[in-house]
Amino acid sequence: MIYLSLIVLIPLGAVVWKSQSGGFSEFWHALTSAQAWAALKLTIYSSLIVAGINLVMGTLIAWVLVRDRFRGAGIIDVLIDLPLALPTIVAGLVLLALYGPNSPVHVNVAYAKIGVVAALLFVTLPFVVRTVQPVLAEFDTDMEEAAASLGAGGFTRARRILLPNLLPAMLAGTALSFARAVSEFGSTVLISGNLPFKTEVAAVNIFNQIQSGNTLGAAALSTALLVIALLVMLLLEIVRRWVARHG
Amino acid sequence: MRRSAFSVLAALSLTSLGVAGCSSSSSGGTELSLVAYSTPQAAYQKIISAFQATPAGKNVTFKQSYGASGDQSRAVDSGQQADIVAFSLEPDITRLVKDGIVASSWNANQYKGMVTDSVVSLVVRKGNPKHIKDWPDLARKGVKVVTPNPFSSGSAQWNIMGAYGSQIKNGDTQQQATNYLTKVLGNTAVQDESGRKALQTFTNGTGDVLISYENEAIFAQQNNQPVDYVVPNKTLLIENPVAVTKDSKHPKQAKAFLKFLYSEQAQKIFADNGYRPIVSTVDKGKFKTPSGLFTIRDFGGWPSVTKKFFDPDTGIVAGIEKKLGVSVAKK
Amino acid sequence: MADSTPQSGSRVTRYSIRFVVLAYLLVLLVLPLILVLRRTFEHGINPVFTALTSSEAAHAFQVTAIVAGVAVIANTIFGVGAALLLVRHRFPGRRLLDAVIDLPVAVSPVVVGLALTLIYGSREPVGGWLTRHGIQIIFSLPGMVVATIFVGLPLVVRAVAPVLEEIGDEQEQAAYTLGSSPWQTFTRITLPSIRGALAYGVVLALARSLGEYGAVAVVSGRVVGQTQTITLFVEERFDNFDQASAYSAAFALAVLAVISLLVARRLRPAGTAR
Repeated sequence: MIYLSLIVLIPLGAVVWKSQSGGFSEFWHALTSAQAWAALKLTIYSSLIVAGINLVMGTLIAWVLVRDRFRGAGIIDVLIDLPLALPTIVAGLVLLALYGPNSPVHVNVAYAKIGVVAALLFVTLPFVVRTVQPVLAEFDTDMEEAAASLGAGGFTRARRILLPNLLPAMLAGTALSFARAVSEFGSTVLISGNLPFKTEVAAVNIFNQIQSGNTLGAAALSTALLVIALLVMLLLEIVRRWVARHG
Repeated sequence: MRRSAFSVLAALSLTSLGVAGCSSSSSGGTELSLVAYSTPQAAYQKIISAFQATPAGKNVTFKQSYGASGDQSRAVDSGQQADIVAFSLEPDITRLVKDGIVASSWNANQYKGMVTDSVVSLVVRKGNPKHIKDWPDLARKGVKVVTPNPFSSGSAQWNIMGAYGSQIKNGDTQQQATNYLTKVLGNTAVQDESGRKALQTFTNGTGDVLISYENEAIFAQQNNQPVDYVVPNKTLLIENPVAVTKDSKHPKQAKAFLKFLYSEQAQKIFADNGYRPIVSTVDKGKFKTPSGLFTIRDFGGWPSVTKKFFDPDTGIVAGIEKKLGVSVAKK
Repeated sequence: MADSTPQSGSRVTRYSIRFVVLAYLLVLLVLPLILVLRRTFEHGINPVFTALTSSEAAHAFQVTAIVAGVAVIANTIFGVGAALLLVRHRFPGRRLLDAVIDLPVAVSPVVVGLALTLIYGSREPVGGWLTRHGIQIIFSLPGMVVATIFVGLPLVVRAVAPVLEEIGDEQEQAAYTLGSSPWQTFTRITLPSIRGALAYGVVLALARSLGEYGAVAVVSGRVVGQTQTITLFVEERFDNFDQASAYSAAFALAVLAVISLLVARRLRPAGTAR
């Protein structure tokens, strides 16, 4: 607890404190200033999309890695964590090179909102996969085998037995990936074009406000992001517990 | 039980980190800390070597830090050790003066505290395929402009004032100049967070023209990037300040280094790295003074310009960006 | 899709899922990595070698090793403890603790830097006191470690907790009734059973610590050769048009992450899919 406080709570508390140092009306004013608001909307919207995609794809990837044996699966397993280890500037450059105006595969998502989604998908790739994978690996297949012997097809088995048991881990990973997407900075700049009011994400706007000396505005937007992230995670947690209880 | 165990562990590790962080005093000889913005890194590294060959610089070692001007200024403001600070624009020094880190007499010398000059220029592809000759070309339809985000980058602010100022100097009214700026920003596809990143974006293939410092263009050319640059007749003089800090532990050596920056030798090194020397006796060589050169003082100096143009809520540029974002809103 | 025989139905499903996954990963992961490889080795292996053995790079590796190493160890200890706490015990505020643990991932690196300077900056109450007593937290290694610990905080917890929940505590209960002490139970029963998940969590935390840029950048002071991590080194090299060194260092980071994952897989109990 002390550890948690020292590292997390006190610094974050300072940010929240700073943001309300001008009173609530100033806080609200800073938050709803046009640029900040546009950035916030874009960030939340994109992060929700990304979390949703990760929920599905992350689980599928975990399933393939654990249940589907084929040559090369091992290599894929190893590569999944790489987005975390790559500095964001490299990620941004590489994504831009591949899926931007000079794309060798003729796919151009740069300088548009979809560029933001692409960058976020890259950096959040490992989260759902890595929370679901161990659970799936530990999962006792007895129930599935029993169900199969009773005539249940693949889909039914997946839906009735596997999914409910994986859902908590899936949701935990999704919460993480939403949280990560909301805070992402470096990789989105290059591919999104970073145009204020159009393709500028909240984290970049916070950065700009700090650079402009507008610490209060930066703190306000940061606090808003934190609150939203907290709410989404609490929501996912509630769903998680509900699922766990109702098996 | 487990909790208390690792609370102790945590406390221990943090304390040991704190102890490790105790700055050990320099052992014999003097160590100066230079905190500077990123573009003159190559120049300063050479200047430091030259300084160390002089009697004043014997036995002086340097810790060097380079980064975005605003970031560096803020870091020093928050406690980063520095004996000499060198930034891209004056407000980054003024911040430190306000907080008592730099003396208010920092700009009392004949150069008003500045150590190098440059000009706002237009960087184009080698051979200038789109024939970009002057400021109005940036408002042309189909020309893709690259310039950093004015709310995070000091470089962008020089750029925008150069663009705006050129039109005012041409006789435009404020409204006309603002319309011009709207067209230019409308042509801007990417707004990186710093001048150097914008240069990277441009050299990696994005855009037809980059607004940047002349010394950045020269730096790119020296690194074999296929670019040319145009210095418009009417453009903004960029002035880079330097100062020593008040609480420097080695004020004598710090001031000696500062003095050395104005020496012929150091100014020549700056010139070799693309900066315009500020000392008039140094040969300006390839640098031609634009006929319509203007300065930020023509617009009231930085404090007034920052408020009028770059306030994130009420600034003229914010208004332009908002208009562009709302009217061209996708999806 | 007719489920005439469970076998054929599931094979089609199996292949289609595999296809979708592989296509997704190709676009999102494999192609970018190939590009990184290409750009790293564009001019052969010599430039890569030179770049990585330069003194700045060597310093950066050292700094990264210290910062990431301490951060990962700290987060592992915390991670296991917190996971056990959350899963095995009920106490008021548990749900809140759960949510707070995830917060660091939602915090932009920029904000981490801001927060740390608000506390440890020399003009702030805590920071000022520390500076006057000669303890420098930000703009030197300790600050960088704190920032790195922050960003990786939830990772081990979130990897271990679901598995702890999945396994249940019957074995541990059995051990207690047989007279085993808490520490013995922990090392002999709990730890081995979460080994795989723990390994994943540690690798995630390590990868995250290696790749962190933003938060560390603000509090590092960027002193060349002294407080540059590899990510800061990558950025600085890009800034100076030294793409060769930048990509080489990024590649080295990727290799480190891969090696750690391979080690982690070795630690996993044999036979994953049963």
